[in-house]
Amino acid sequence: MSTPLLSAKNLRAFYGPTQILYDIDFDMHAGGITTLLGANGAGKTTTLRALSGMVKTAGEIRFDGKLISNKETADIVRLGVAHVPEGRGTFVRQTVEENLQLGGITQPAGQIAADIDLVFTYFPRLKERFRQQAGTLSGGEQQMLAIGRALMLRPKVMLLDEPSFGLAPLIVQEMFGILRRLNQKEKVSMFLVEQNASLALELADHAYLLETGRVVMSGPAKELSQDENIRRAYLGY
Amino acid sequence: MKTTSPVTVLIAAIGATVITLAQNWKLAGFIFILIVGGLFPLMASGVFTFQITQLLIYAIAIAGLNLLTGFNGQFSLGHSAFYAIGAYVSAVLMTQLDMPFYLTIPIAAAVCFVFGFLFGLPALRLEGIYLALATFALAIATPQILKFKPIEHLTGGVQGLALFHLKPEAPFGLQLDQDQWTFYVTFAVTILMFFFAFSLVNSRSGRAMKAIRDNHIAAKVTGINLSLFKTLTFGVSALFTGVAGALSAMLIAFVAPDSFQITLAVAIFVGMVVGGVGWIPGAFLGALFILFVPNIAEHIAFGLAAFFDFVRKFIPFFPTIGEQSSKGLTGTVYGVFLILLIYVMPSGLAGLLRLAVQRLAQARS
Amino acid sequence: MEQVVQQIVGGLATGAIYACIALSIVMIYQAIDHLNFAQGEMAMFSTYIAWQLMHWGMPYWGAFFLTIAISFVLGYAIERIVFKPVHNAPVLSHIVIFIALFVIINSMAGFIWEFTIKPFPTPFGTKPVLGGGILSAHGAGMIAVTGIMLVMLYAFFRYTRVGLAMRAASANPDSARLVGIRVGFMNALGWGMAAAIGAVAGIMIAPVVFLEPNMMVTILLYGFAGAVVGGLTSPGGAVFGGFAVGVIENLASFVPQFGAEMKLTIALALIILVLTLKPNGLFGRKIVSRV
Repeated sequence: MSTPLLSAKNLRAFYGPTQILYDIDFDMHAGGITTLLGANGAGKTTTLRALSGMVKTAGEIRFDGKLISNKETADIVRLGVAHVPEGRGTFVRQTVEENLQLGGITQPAGQIAADIDLVFTYFPRLKERFRQQAGTLSGGEQQMLAIGRALMLRPKVMLLDEPSFGLAPLIVQEMFGILRRLNQKEKVSMFLVEQNASLALELADHAYLLETGRVVMSGPAKELSQDENIRRAYLGY
Repeated sequence: MKTTSPVTVLIAAIGATVITLAQNWKLAGFIFILIVGGLFPLMASGVFTFQITQLLIYAIAIAGLNLLTGFNGQFSLGHSAFYAIGAYVSAVLMTQLDMPFYLTIPIAAAVCFVFGFLFGLPALRLEGIYLALATFALAIATPQILKFKPIEHLTGGVQGLALFHLKPEAPFGLQLDQDQWTFYVTFAVTILMFFFAFSLVNSRSGRAMKAIRDNHIAAKVTGINLSLFKTLTFGVSALFTGVAGALSAMLIAFVAPDSFQITLAVAIFVGMVVGGVGWIPGAFLGALFILFVPNIAEHIAFGLAAFFDFVRKFIPFFPTIGEQSSKGLTGTVYGVFLILLIYVMPSGLAGLLRLAVQRLAQARS
Repeated sequence: MEQVVQQIVGGLATGAIYACIALSIVMIYQAIDHLNFAQGEMAMFSTYIAWQLMHWGMPYWGAFFLTIAISFVLGYAIERIVFKPVHNAPVLSHIVIFIALFVIINSMAGFIWEFTIKPFPTPFGTKPVLGGGILSAHGAGMIAVTGIMLVMLYAFFRYTRVGLAMRAASANPDSARLVGIRVGFMNALGWGMAAAIGAVAGIMIAPVVFLEPNMMVTILLYGFAGAVVGGLTSPGGAVFGGFAVGVIENLASFVPQFGAEMKLTIALALIILVLTLKPNGLFGRKIVSRV
């Protein structure tokens, strides 16, 4: 098997003196979609924040074979890791256009216009809102903007933190469809954190289950969605 | 029935008191403070008594600002204005109406409350940095307003008002000089004000204040009248600082516009941050800092100046150091002190103490 | 009537000073999301550097540009050395640091150059260019320099990628990191730029008020007034605010009784009035966001 695109070994994370993650191991391969499931407070968001260097960690994180634990966030991002954060992280004072430009701020200036057009093919709504202050967008539009912004980085992997959060079911369906297309056409690998387990398992090819900061189960998404315990606890049928 | 002898009563009373105090450390601490405060001026030198009186006055002013900032989340770089109002109200009443000093304190308090309340109204619309600016402006304008010509016959204009002949004497033929008596008055007022501060913070209103600090929207939803509480807090905060001002007028026995510059507002602010925002007893630590650290800085600056003079003997190009330059060094040393302090304890002495207590607790468990 | 016009023109000349400082205040506010109370002192210190360079025989414009460069480096260094270690401290602690910086820079200037007043040259001359001697050549030059600086800054923030990155880093540091912006570097850059702008302001102002360690204290306050009147988020507004404060201050002397001696108080009352009516300033953007 090839070397994993993104992997963690004995990953621990801390908020001040409090330990949140305990010896997490995972591998994720290029081109795939991996999902991290778990209840509120299990440490899903912290895992993502650990991957992009936003919390204090111990252990090993590798991206593309390079050790990235203890690197600055900005430097990790520049390697091609696009983190779509919890709460979307919109630059509310800036326009939609500027938000997208910011997404590609580390990329050569010459490719920005073309990349914005590419974002529009996935999110035509953003074109209508192009000159608008981003803070005035609806929740769904801000989520599209967040993913569009991440796409501007031409990322190798996207870290998605609950893209379905606070959105109407129809919009969630649409959003997950777009994520699938991005994965297939743009060859963006994805690491998806979701509360909505059934949706996530449908989209992903591999899944990890997190409970109180520990990985308690992992395997192909299909297998996990068949698992009795998972069905009862997370899928609700 | 057997009559109890007075001795037994005395022993029983002392026994009961000791037991009560042992059970109630707050009361015990309070009595300890009373005893120390009561004996202090009898033992200390006049200058030291004067300094400690000043310390108590600063502590009241800092506690006032802390009520506003630490418990209500508004902040002010303009509390010198209320300090000035308190001092001037007291001074003007004494000189114009021959009012006894003690009576002027509550009046100064009331006037400052009203001014604070009124200033709190525009302050309501201002957030964070804008409020800092507006209050900063107030502090800058204060000396100029005090020099204002049309009210010169009251305020004494640039000259200010001398109160030396009006300083209260110790009553009942007590054998105390003016500074000692001033200390006792200040001490009593300090106890009163801090008692007021503690009960306020722990009251229903205090909880409402804190709720406003922590979350505006949530506080509003729970039915707290936001505007009223914020303006009232501003009033109370000004009241404290005004009382401090009135006391200082008596201590210094002189008021003049230039005693109430922005530097005073800055000192009160620094005292609050150093003592710890949101921790009332920290006011005393803050007062200690603003009273003594500038002196320490001056001593160090003198030493440094001498050192530079020494170095200059060997290095001809070294900048010359005159009388004025050692003044420059004092400010530099003080500023460096402040920065180091923030490095060592970003949340003030209160934060440091809290950390120490936590460590102790952890070590024990 | 003629008198009024004269006062307005005179107000514009002093207003240019305030506009300069207001602009540097807004700049640093945009770059670091803080009001820098030590801004005026930094400008004063830069002006001393320029004076020293000229004293050593450097020609005016050489000293002007070298001072800008040195100030940039110093501003950058202050952020890296003084502010970086306390980046996560509460805002109130930051204000204490600003106060400390204020005291340190002010005293250092006195320590190095003494507290005596020094004259400062102007490259524009002092001949009157408008009737009545209201606007001197230096006043006109100062207005022109402020204007040029404003246009350059506007272009920088609006049209360059670094400008955009700086705005993003101050508005939302976490998100900025997630698009790959080195936020600490941007903050330091903002400090450097603000110091450089302050240097220009100080050099322009010094011929009018003379050079001494306290030259900027009142001017800073008027600059604050200008920045607040215009709105802290709007560089153009700050310049307008600066000019407005200058004019209003001059017109205030028409008020009988107390106009002349209460100039400062009137300017401050203006701050509070504008803030009460329009909390974001006349041109400030209200920040809209959904909860």
